[in-house]
Amino acid sequence: MTTQHTIDYALHLADNALVLGHRNSEWTGHGPILEQDIALSNIALDLIGQARYFYQYAARLMNAAARPGEPEVTEDVLAYLRDSWDFRNCLLVEQANGDWGKTILRQFFFSAYQYYFYKELQRSRDGELSAIAEKALKEVTYHLRWSSEWVIRLGDGTEESHSRMRKALDELWMYTGELFQPADYERSLIPVGVAVDLAEIRPLWEERVREVLKEAKLVHPGSMRADGKATKEWMQGGGKQGRHTEQLGYLLAEMQFLQRAYPACEW
Amino acid sequence: MEKQHNWPLWEIFIRSKQGLDHKHVGSLHAADAAMAIENARDVYTRRMEGVSIWVVESRHIHASNPDEASSFYDPANDKVYRHPTFYDLPDELKHM
Repeated sequence: MTTQHTIDYALHLADNALVLGHRNSEWTGHGPILEQDIALSNIALDLIGQARYFYQYAARLMNAAARPGEPEVTEDVLAYLRDSWDFRNCLLVEQANGDWGKTILRQFFFSAYQYYFYKELQRSRDGELSAIAEKALKEVTYHLRWSSEWVIRLGDGTEESHSRMRKALDELWMYTGELFQPADYERSLIPVGVAVDLAEIRPLWEERVREVLKEAKLVHPGSMRADGKATKEWMQGGGKQGRHTEQLGYLLAEMQFLQRAYPACEW
Repeated sequence: MEKQHNWPLWEIFIRSKQGLDHKHVGSLHAADAAMAIENARDVYTRRMEGVSIWVVESRHIHASNPDEASSFYDPANDKVYRHPTFYDLPDELKHM
């Protein structure tokens, strides 16, 4: 375990929250109904708030380890001036919004993950990470409740909403495996009690997803094989190491434009 | 009209502190009571306004008719004896 691992880990958590927060904020002003527009914008703000804490922590560690004369790192530098290959977010969060159903399902998968993740991270030996987790868990508990209800509402809704949710499942399921694949920086932080052991929270996530999909009358993608056996599914991966889908480039182009075109601009 | 615009209207009541009453704060659209409570949380308690939420579908609220205000409320105007103002109070009693 080195400081660099902790920095990478904090950046991974920050990037997850920032990228999904930004995706959700793309709905602001476009929500299907005013009240849900506000609900999703609130979630976006919660996530961007979580990202800020992790970026601030990473920046402090980076500045402390910097050689004399190196420029100061800030949360804004980390959010706006890194390129796609520097981002360590999971592929799931960068996927385009699609329709309301796809946005909801993406949020549900990720909120369920964050819920069990932050519960564990509260017990991290790293006091900074555990404090952020404790604060974020309250927000995520609500995100999970909100997105679960929507998955059920749409899955068990009309023929139209059900078929859209099935399509969303087809499109997003392959990105869920990466949530539980530890990156190298995570692996070295698990034995020392700093990082969450993803193998421990995986069964909890699977159970919750199975329950909600069942209530939503959606067929669990993992159970679609004819023999009913849990054969190895092929899952996308690489985001945590900086290998992203093309989606992230478009997102960064929009999110970072202002700071790139007008460096250090404030408003 | 599209279906999404036909969600019923709900009246929202928020209790701002323990011990206070729920107060009417406004209305919003939701498909059912559970969604109305969540919407109310997102719309009306973003700035720490509340500790408790009630929702009532607007169609269940029956109101008095403003046109009948004179027959409803004016007759109470000249009935001073309905106020407890005719008691002799000891001097020691304050704030009555």
